[in-house]
Amino acid sequence: MAGAALVEIRDLAVAFDRTPALRGVSLSIGKGESLGLVGESGCGKSVTWLAALGLLPGKARVTGSVRLAGQEILHAPPATLDRVRGGRVAMIFQDPASSLNPVHRIGRQVTEALQLHRGLSGAAAREEARRLLDQVGMPDARRRLDAYPHELSGGQNQRVMIAIALAGQPELLVADEPTTALDVTIQAQILTLLAEIRRDTGMALVLISHDLGVIAETCERVCVMYAGRIVEETRTERLFAAPSHPYAQGLMAALPPIHGPRRPLAAIPGSVPEPWAMPPGCAFAPRCPRHVAACDAAPPPLVAVTPGHCAACIRPGAVSARAPLSPELLPA
Amino acid sequence: MTPLLEARELVRRYSMRRGMLGRPVEVRAVNGVTLRLEAGRTLGLVGESGCGKSTTGRMVLGLEAPDEGDVQFEGAPMPPPGSLPWRRQRARMQMVYQDPLGALDRRLPIGVQVAEPLQIHGLPADATRVHALLRQVGLRPDQAERYPHELSGGQRQRAVLARALATDPVLLVCDEPISALDVSIQAQVMNLLVELQQQRGIALLFISHDLRAVRQMSHRVAVMYLGRIVEEGEPDAVLHDPAHPYAQALVSAIPDPTRRGNRIVLQGDPPNPAARPSGCAFHPRCPLAVSLCARQAPALKPRPGDGRLVACHVAQGEAAPMRKAA
Ligand SMILES: Nc1ncnc2c1ncn2[C@@H]1O[C@H](COP(=O)(O)OP(=O)(O)OP(=O)(O)O)[C@@H](O)[C@H]1O
Ligand SMILES: Nc1ncnc2c1ncn2[C@@H]1O[C@H](COP(=O)(O)OP(=O)(O)OP(=O)(O)O)[C@@H](O)[C@H]1O
Ligand SMILES: [Mg+2]
Ligand SMILES: [Mg+2]
Repeated sequence: MAGAALVEIRDLAVAFDRTPALRGVSLSIGKGESLGLVGESGCGKSVTWLAALGLLPGKARVTGSVRLAGQEILHAPPATLDRVRGGRVAMIFQDPASSLNPVHRIGRQVTEALQLHRGLSGAAAREEARRLLDQVGMPDARRRLDAYPHELSGGQNQRVMIAIALAGQPELLVADEPTTALDVTIQAQILTLLAEIRRDTGMALVLISHDLGVIAETCERVCVMYAGRIVEETRTERLFAAPSHPYAQGLMAALPPIHGPRRPLAAIPGSVPEPWAMPPGCAFAPRCPRHVAACDAAPPPLVAVTPGHCAACIRPGAVSARAPLSPELLPA
Repeated sequence: MTPLLEARELVRRYSMRRGMLGRPVEVRAVNGVTLRLEAGRTLGLVGESGCGKSTTGRMVLGLEAPDEGDVQFEGAPMPPPGSLPWRRQRARMQMVYQDPLGALDRRLPIGVQVAEPLQIHGLPADATRVHALLRQVGLRPDQAERYPHELSGGQRQRAVLARALATDPVLLVCDEPISALDVSIQAQVMNLLVELQQQRGIALLFISHDLRAVRQMSHRVAVMYLGRIVEEGEPDAVLHDPAHPYAQALVSAIPDPTRRGNRIVLQGDPPNPAARPSGCAFHPRCPLAVSLCARQAPALKPRPGDGRLVACHVAQGEAAPMRKAA
């Protein structure tokens, strides 16, 4: 697997103003593979890829290694990175409305990407832009080429971002919450489209999402992150059948059910520790139902619990029993 | 009892121009929406992306005037925008937006932005109050100094929520309030919203694509399609046994960790509000459509039998379904 890796990230660490945000992340994606990234808001999912692609502000201190098909791209010269970004590796950013340029029509923003990465211009670029917008399910695509971002709904802007990302025919698409602003039927359509493109072109996909259902249906492998580290990594069906790290177990338990009685949700109590006051041992320890003194000795390494299933926990496995919250918090 | 909020037959049109010389085309973003909301209750609003949910939310808050129809708040029509009563009323109703980065001012630390509505409405805006608001949504007081781009997506959304709660509103329009949050924080925010609702009787218009979240939060659910409400009822009735074919497609597409692959995908083109199909707007994509559906728009009315509000000739028994080959 290591030899065939398309992207290989090793010990990637990021600090802002000396405060660490990413504390050593290692992961690899094979050609054509789909990897899901889930985890607490603020745990570093976006920063991992912004750092890998050289998109963080200058004050960010980034260390480690990021190889694209064997070639180091971390701290590569801007010219190299410009060719990689949007070309071999494309990224769909969170907050679609603010990643689009508000003063340019969306058609121009798509054709710019086509010009830059595929050398298309004029009528050919415009026609290809229309085809891409059609492909991502934009109603009335031809006319919407002339719309400004504020004239589109949240989900429509998100589809423009997806079209721009696909414009460069990337080998790897990093999609940061690509379907959060979309209703489930369009979401299903986009996920089907991404699956088709992957099948036809062998594009690899990194999907960052809070939606465990979307991850389950789209990704072969998942990494669960917490406080700047990967705490669990395994095949997707395995994570849902037998999560091992208590944080991953907590995530599964917090999902609102679609059937059965409505109760207050089993939110994981507490919050992520302050970045400058990290516990000496496991970062999840203060919130962990299985916490023992040994957890505070050192951050637990990511080790195999079964072949192909790794967790960073010294007491992996057992399913945690959580006391239900007070029932008076129900919608009547 | 007078409902807190009542909107009748709201219509909102935008005009969209193709090219510099193109003829402007009318987009009917909202096309006859009627809804009511009682104090302390939650109405969940779901539907296809672009069907007019956010536009409806902006109109009920008086941020945008409807082209037709009217909105009543506590039994009185909306005061004219900009007037003193309007400003006073604005403090009592707040919006939580879909795109937190767009909703925040990127040049100001979030603590300043949380204090802003307090200052505008002449309320105490000291650090203690700001820190309490931040804590209430699960942010740390020290994060008051951070600029929006220095926070994660979820942290930004919590800042937006803290700002919305600052003036103690009685109505909160939440437009995708939790989509940027991870499941565990989503659970915290939903529990928090329900708790605040019970303590203070806040009414919520909860716009979301996440049907699990909508079920968790809502007392009633309305399903929109191309500018209209096509079905409305109790959450479990609508989400477990949807009557409208669009609602059925929506429910069938709920992502489920226990299912992999093969979800039902709606056929046909996504709807275009600039060229509404005749009759029922859903008929070109509807597996059950009959000729009546292309001719006549169905009204939203109680279904014989169980009284479910649904706008569909077939569900109403006014036409026999025709099964197209799959
Ligand atoms: N430019 C920046 N300056 C300072 N801190 C930053 C900056 N960008 C991100 N951070 C911090 O780095 C951490 C990781 O942020 P990141 O955006 O990667 O989170 P995330 O996992 O993507 O969360 P979410 O799911 O909410 O999007 C957060 O604590 C965030 O506040
Ligand atoms: N200022 C505008 N000018 C032209 N068209 C607009 C404008 N604002 C919204 N629209 C159109 O009105 C329709 C409804 O938009 P709205 O934002 O209300 O949808 P929505 O249901 O909130 O969608 P989403 O779930 O994607 O956020 C869309 O087709 C959109 O393109
Ligand atoms: Mg992020
Ligand atoms: Mg919207």
